[in-house]
Amino acid sequence: MKSALQINNEHLKELEDEAIYVMREVAAQFEKKVILFSGGKDSIVLVHLAKKAFWPARMPFSLLHIDTGHNFEETLTFRDDLARELNVELLVRYVQDSIDNGRVSEEKGINASRNKAQSVTLLDAIEELNIDVAIGGGRRDEEKARAKERFFSHRNEFGHWDPKNQRPELWNIFNGRKNVGEHFRVFPISNWTELDVWQYILNEKIKLPSLYYSHRRPVFRRNDVYLAWAPFMQLKPNEEVFEADVRCRTIGDITCTGVSLSVANTLEEVISEIAATRVTERGGRYDDRRSEAAMEDRKKVGYF
Amino acid sequence: MMNNNGNNNKSLLRFTTAGSVDDGKSTLIGRLLYDSKSIFEDQMDHIRESSKRLGREEVDLSLLTDGLRAEREQGITIDVAYRYFATPARKFIIADTPGHIQYTRNMVTGASTANLAVILIDARKGVVEQTVRHTYISSLLRINHIAFCINKMDMVGFDENRFLAIRSELEQLVNKLGIEDSHYIPISAKFGDNVVDRSTNMTWYNGMTFLRLIETIDIRQDYLNSSARFPVQTVVLPQSAEYHDYRGYAGRVAGGSFKPGDEITVLPSLLKSKIKSITVFEKKIDEATTGESVTLTLEDQIDISRGDLITGAGEMPLSGQDIRMMLCWFNEKSLRPGARYLIRNNTHETSCIIRAINYRMNIETLGKETSVESLNMNDIANVSIKTSRPIFYDPYKKNRITGSLIIIDEATNETMAAGMIDTE
Repeated sequence: MKSALQINNEHLKELEDEAIYVMREVAAQFEKKVILFSGGKDSIVLVHLAKKAFWPARMPFSLLHIDTGHNFEETLTFRDDLARELNVELLVRYVQDSIDNGRVSEEKGINASRNKAQSVTLLDAIEELNIDVAIGGGRRDEEKARAKERFFSHRNEFGHWDPKNQRPELWNIFNGRKNVGEHFRVFPISNWTELDVWQYILNEKIKLPSLYYSHRRPVFRRNDVYLAWAPFMQLKPNEEVFEADVRCRTIGDITCTGVSLSVANTLEEVISEIAATRVTERGGRYDDRRSEAAMEDRKKVGYF
Repeated sequence: MMNNNGNNNKSLLRFTTAGSVDDGKSTLIGRLLYDSKSIFEDQMDHIRESSKRLGREEVDLSLLTDGLRAEREQGITIDVAYRYFATPARKFIIADTPGHIQYTRNMVTGASTANLAVILIDARKGVVEQTVRHTYISSLLRINHIAFCINKMDMVGFDENRFLAIRSELEQLVNKLGIEDSHYIPISAKFGDNVVDRSTNMTWYNGMTFLRLIETIDIRQDYLNSSARFPVQTVVLPQSAEYHDYRGYAGRVAGGSFKPGDEITVLPSLLKSKIKSITVFEKKIDEATTGESVTLTLEDQIDISRGDLITGAGEMPLSGQDIRMMLCWFNEKSLRPGARYLIRNNTHETSCIIRAINYRMNIETLGKETSVESLNMNDIANVSIKTSRPIFYDPYKKNRITGSLIIIDEATNETMAAGMIDTE
């Protein structure tokens, strides 16, 4: 058995060619274009691909961050630095504002998360800023409902996705035509797997927030998942906070991002761990565990 | 045909799977993922729980691919689902397409980007109407390689004669449709025979297992021998001090290859120039081949915009306004002669009028039906259109990218049909 690092990586070139092609179609077919930027590795890869697609010109996209307020501090610094370095506009909209003006109500209880509320803030931002396309880092290997997502995914004037009535997508012809008020979500790295993303980051020497590498932080265990602890999180009586060496496999809202116990300090070590792992990266996401069709239900009403 | 040297072969294979309802298509994919150890523990836990809740006796591997809620409830696949797995030899992208009649459009969609079609046949039933339909669609979409998996061999006592009888019937079909490369494998997806591991129940079979076939099948020649084509997606104008006069043309090579110094002709203007540089990001490259996303610069300042086609070595593409094509109709609203639509081929968009339905294919009998007044969803027909401006194309048989187009309803913006340009 070969190790993950020895696997022939020629297919990454084809995945990159495809993603760049999709980015350029977005540039040509839409007006107000944003990349949904979470500070996670997938959105960092998107920004890297956009940089390559339009060089030596600046990418024709702004970055849009929907901030739940429950962040890993480092992600925000990383986000600001990246936007400055690329000289692109950074737009931030806050879930807290949506809560304050009554657009959404805060979830209560032990598993409270602002993950679902993000959809409202995102749709409001799309309307406010006249965004007609939002590029996301969604991948079809992440989750069952995502497996049927198109590259160019149409959203009606309510921002809703109709999975049973998607436009057929053939060859490399993408139909981004729409009526006023409607928008598209576009997923250039649809065909990438988690391992592809990591190997691409390694090959391209893409800088990541250090949260993706082993670091020491307070954590606690809930069911089978280790969660990063933050002061606003409620603990159950049997849960206790302790220090551990961990790394993040995904980075999102701190309340629903599971961490792995790990001492991997380099990309090579992280990739070896991922190649050997037996649990999917979303297995650590609390938001997906709520019900079997949790992702599908959230996507229909405007989730990422 | 075969190439065992993974380093020289394409390391990404896209394949589509098709079969009738209950042929075990989802089970085959589940088995492939399970036996190649591509299923994670949490996914497996999920399937165990779901199988129990749905009252299935054993762990149902087909639940791995049946994604949307409606599908899980009905136990059938209703939309194309994409699946990924990798072995040390190759990475695979599977377009899992539904088998029943009303979703022919999904099979066409999945087939449009596939290198290989996998068609499942129930060994008890043999070649049925849907087998003919799926094989025909694979040949129509010009998939050069087909793997026929004769499944449920356990239900026919692993009988070699049964397999040979089905195989010979399939070979007649393959000859009739002119398919270049076909393979026949007796399997049991449920028990894993000849999927990843060689069957101990069918020692009479000396061919490759299914996994071995898809790991080694050589698809390189499918990309060769086409003329050089570069549809322009967007013009790169940095307008910065450093790149003051820079003008680049961004696109993905749709046929043949381009090199710096090559003479090119731009369509529709027919202006000529030479390639000055080809870049991928900051890196200058010596050659761009089919499938590569690159940026070209030219020796001369000529007017080029999105929708133009840069052509290089080889034959010039065809051009014209009267186009004949095979069309697969996707929408509930039917097509009638005289209707107007938008068409998009490559990055170029124009309008068209439907002039005539020349014939409709009966894809069960492969007969041609004439005097057809309209086309309904999932119909496949030969149609003549007239475009408002000339389009530039190759016959679909020569180039799947420059020979294909979609038809869009201007009122609803929906994609109504897929067309494959035919010049016969």
